[in-house]
Amino acid sequence: MSFRKIHALLVLGLSCALALSACGGGETRVEAGDREQILHWGNGAEPQELDPHIVTGVPEHHIIIALLEGLVLKDPATLEIIPGVAERWEISADGLIYTFHLRADARWSNGDPVTAGDFAWSWRRALTPSLGNLYAYMYFPIRNAEAFATGKIDDFDQVGVEVLDEHTLRVTLNHPTPYFLQLLDHYSMFPVHRATLEKHGDPFQRGSDWTRAGNFVGNGPFVLAEWQLNKVVAVDKNPGYWDAERVRLNGIRYYPVENVSTEERMFRAGQLHVTGSIPPDKIAVYRKESPELLRTEPYLGNYFYRFNLDVPQLADPRVRRALAMSIDREQIVEHVTQGGQIPAYAFTPPDTLGYTAPPAFAHDPEAARALLAEAGYPGGQGFPPTELLYNTSEGHRKLAVAIQQMWKRELGIEITLNNQDWKVYLDSVNNGNYQIARAGWIGDYVDPNSFLDMWVTDGGNNRTGWSDPRYDQLVLECAPRAPDRERRYRCFQEAEALLMEAMPIIPVYFATRNYLTRPSVRGMPPNLLGYPLFKQIHLQAAD
Amino acid sequence: MSDEALQAERGVSLWRDAWLRLRRNRLAVAGGVTLILLCVLALLTPWIAPYDYRAQDLALGASPPSAAHWLGTDTLGRDLLTHVLWGGRISLAVGFVATGVALLIGVLYGTIAGYAGGRVDAVMMRLVDILYALPFMIFIILLMVIFGRNLVLLFLAIGAVEWLTMARIVRGQVQTLKQQEFIEAAVSLGLSRWTIIRRHLIPNTLGPVIVYTTLTIPSVMLLEAFLSFLGLGIQPPASSWGLLISYGAETMEEYPWLLIFPGVALSITLFSLNFLGDGLRDALDPRIAKD
Amino acid sequence: MPRFILHRLLQALPVLLVVVTATFFLVRLAPGGPFSDEKAVPAEVQRALEARYRLDQPLASQYLSYLGDLVRGDFGPSFRYPGRSVDEMIFAGLPTTAELGLYALLISLVLGTAAGVVAALRPNSAQDYLPMSAAMIGICLPSFLLGPLLILVFGIWLDWMPVSGWGNVPGDKILPALTLASGYTAYVARLSRGGMLEVLSQDYIRTARAKGLPEWIVVLKHGLRGGLIPVVAFAGPAFAGLLSGSFVVETIFQIPGLGRFYVQAAFNRDYTMIMGTTIFFAVLIVAFNLLADIAAVWLNPRLRHQYRKRAS
Repeated sequence: MSFRKIHALLVLGLSCALALSACGGGETRVEAGDREQILHWGNGAEPQELDPHIVTGVPEHHIIIALLEGLVLKDPATLEIIPGVAERWEISADGLIYTFHLRADARWSNGDPVTAGDFAWSWRRALTPSLGNLYAYMYFPIRNAEAFATGKIDDFDQVGVEVLDEHTLRVTLNHPTPYFLQLLDHYSMFPVHRATLEKHGDPFQRGSDWTRAGNFVGNGPFVLAEWQLNKVVAVDKNPGYWDAERVRLNGIRYYPVENVSTEERMFRAGQLHVTGSIPPDKIAVYRKESPELLRTEPYLGNYFYRFNLDVPQLADPRVRRALAMSIDREQIVEHVTQGGQIPAYAFTPPDTLGYTAPPAFAHDPEAARALLAEAGYPGGQGFPPTELLYNTSEGHRKLAVAIQQMWKRELGIEITLNNQDWKVYLDSVNNGNYQIARAGWIGDYVDPNSFLDMWVTDGGNNRTGWSDPRYDQLVLECAPRAPDRERRYRCFQEAEALLMEAMPIIPVYFATRNYLTRPSVRGMPPNLLGYPLFKQIHLQAAD
Repeated sequence: MSDEALQAERGVSLWRDAWLRLRRNRLAVAGGVTLILLCVLALLTPWIAPYDYRAQDLALGASPPSAAHWLGTDTLGRDLLTHVLWGGRISLAVGFVATGVALLIGVLYGTIAGYAGGRVDAVMMRLVDILYALPFMIFIILLMVIFGRNLVLLFLAIGAVEWLTMARIVRGQVQTLKQQEFIEAAVSLGLSRWTIIRRHLIPNTLGPVIVYTTLTIPSVMLLEAFLSFLGLGIQPPASSWGLLISYGAETMEEYPWLLIFPGVALSITLFSLNFLGDGLRDALDPRIAKD
Repeated sequence: MPRFILHRLLQALPVLLVVVTATFFLVRLAPGGPFSDEKAVPAEVQRALEARYRLDQPLASQYLSYLGDLVRGDFGPSFRYPGRSVDEMIFAGLPTTAELGLYALLISLVLGTAAGVVAALRPNSAQDYLPMSAAMIGICLPSFLLGPLLILVFGIWLDWMPVSGWGNVPGDKILPALTLASGYTAYVARLSRGGMLEVLSQDYIRTARAKGLPEWIVVLKHGLRGGLIPVVAFAGPAFAGLLSGSFVVETIFQIPGLGRFYVQAAFNRDYTMIMGTTIFFAVLIVAFNLLADIAAVWLNPRLRHQYRKRAS
């Protein structure tokens, strides 16, 4: 009797407390957002800039795609190309000439029409060396773009970009490039408003303030309303956008939350609709307790270790192979990274636009030991001290500690760990000042080329010292000249087999994106690029 | 009896008196005994740690305290008790050595500046200002690059940062003491500067110095964690209390024991230090000695 | 006294010059430039950027032109945020950080001194152990731990307080100010207890007591003056640090302050931003240490003669 009474009192008290706290807290930011169609977005970091020809990061990408639009867009569900500013286009039979027909109703946010001339001028700007555009290479399939960007020619008329009339743009390529349309959706190929840039200083130099709220003129579904340093970037619906009817959000608020734990707490307290990521240790908790909030999606990226082939003990491919084969990737993705990553036995992520490389090796400690013994280090004896370098981060540390122990247990090799801050790490890896180094790669576009062209001899992102003329031939000549996808992919398959045979790198896993979303967020299907099409997103609270 | 002999005699009895008074302070004794125990545990770690600190059980992952793992295991399935023990070695060593370095530099520097006064003081203290103002992160990055990962370096780096405030505090004390009658008396007796500094000034600044020292030790231990995280200092899989606490803080909701046990270890150290410190302070107070 | 202050202000100039010079060269010694990236930077881009920011010139002329700009009050453009100038960024973050620091300063001085005095009045009693144990817990709970803990308890479980932000909703300043203040409060409490104990055993206090003055007058009027000297020596640099070193708290609570720039600029090798924040911090250090020394003189009138002597 009395127990029941106490119990009832407790329940009453608890529900009162809950009711009070609900009242005390009032409507959360997310609830208000659902009502007003304002999306609250955890955006990872303060954007360096909002100039599409200067920036390089993901946070900037998420803002710029709301403010500007290129010739084409991607369907977020399938990543197929859909019309953007260009309502249709023709491709010549040899795959070299693209003719884009721009829609007549595309407008800048100040009312000016978006013309073919805007694109030609913007692309010239993006390629001008003095601007220092790190993504200039996105243009390199275009005839003479590379020569212009590297200062070998000064005359932009020689570059394969031609304004046929106000609404027609013709682009000529070097080689047939199956992924060229995809590149057009990259922000480095977005147009900018010439008059605005010219008003705010030299358009061909950094340091202009044309991207500030009040100055920014864009052609995307949203306009820049507010940009408060380290606090928020606010964009509001652009009523003059050609497809404004279909845009259902009234605005997006981007929060530069760098700390993932802070971001998770903000999400939990109803301050964010979508986070950029989630602390790895929280993944299991969400998966168990509120799976509807957690999203785990394949991502076009991988995680690997690089070898410096100038280090004597690592110059032997048997040693590299032994190190690769003794890592238990199943254990790693299940217990260390815990985010649904896929164990990697090849370099290119599976099903990259229909391309999947077969596994090049397997987890086989027995064979690994044999290989190591063959290389002259039976049971790890006599293996020189070797160091694994990673940039400072909790995730990299944990993985490195786990792999260090696997190598010790399976091969008897002692590897020491060394972490350096990001810039020092970059400097070490770029200068070959390392032995084994952690690395990751995110594809710029969905095509095996984005993963395989980095390993050509002296490629800027190779950094291992590995070189194979046959590989270079396959990636630089065989694939670009292949007449169809099947034969092109055969070139890539052969190249990747060479890469994995020599193994200048150890693939560890293929990436996933783990992040949190409120159930009210609709129209954001998963895709390999983590690419949201904001004009399709809307908010609908479940009642 | 010569003046020096007299001084020596007085010195001995001062320390002996202090020791007697300290022994009567039960809390201080308890603090001291705990600290000694902790140090003994740290020294014996290689023999008493239940597991190899590198041993992992990935499939086990983070598990709460159990019979096999008294303090539970971390997210890589490593025994936490083992890591707390090994971590104690690092943390206690860093705490005492780095604080010792800071103490030595800070007290000497502060005393000299405060006692000399005038131009010497001005130059010395402006140098302290400069060192305060230089960007710490850049300093750390440069140290890391120039010397690589090195425990001795870590001690020095921490000591080099922590002595600044110590110097300011000591200087403040000395400036005040300098005006007091017994120093003026010593000066008029013709004692040398060094004798005055050694025999009269430093002992009289001990109160605040001890208090600040006991405060510095835990903050040094946490600073070590930060520097180790940045890559200067200890290498994984080795650990320290500071590192365990900062990793534990990340998962305090999911695996609270990963935070609580290293936190308790640090707190016990800190409380013992403070009790011992307060006891020492009282015991060494020359004015109480007059009673 | 005014001459003493003037003297110190003049001394500040060489201090700043040394700081500027040392920092200028030190940051360029650190490996990794401001424009290095995970993706290889093409040589022509690297050249264009270096030319843009004068990094292609000899070090000496870079240094001289930087000094020239400084004299004109121009801190230069940020390398990391190409559309922004360093002064703009500092002044964007300053009000927030200053407000946060001020709250933390007030909390730690008031609470810390009170706890220290209370404890010193009855040493080695419950009245001593209780506040001092609280202080020790404050030291054991660094802000990277206390912040999330407070958020978890008051922000999420009890839902009384906002979990992040600054000045967006009422009450969102409470937790960050408390978090930032806790460590400093603990220091102030311990130091003021020590200082008070020291002073309360001095002859002039005994004299005052013997004169039959009420205890609270003895403590507040005579005791506090001397007892706060160690606190003041600690407080100068500590509070300059409060203003620049609120990095952790700003990150945990998502506060748009200056502390984040101060730390991130170093990691980003944003040379001009490092210079700007360092100069700013150096000015604070000089100013606060001067204030601390003035406070020390005020607390200890006997020091005044010394400064008068020195100035004359």
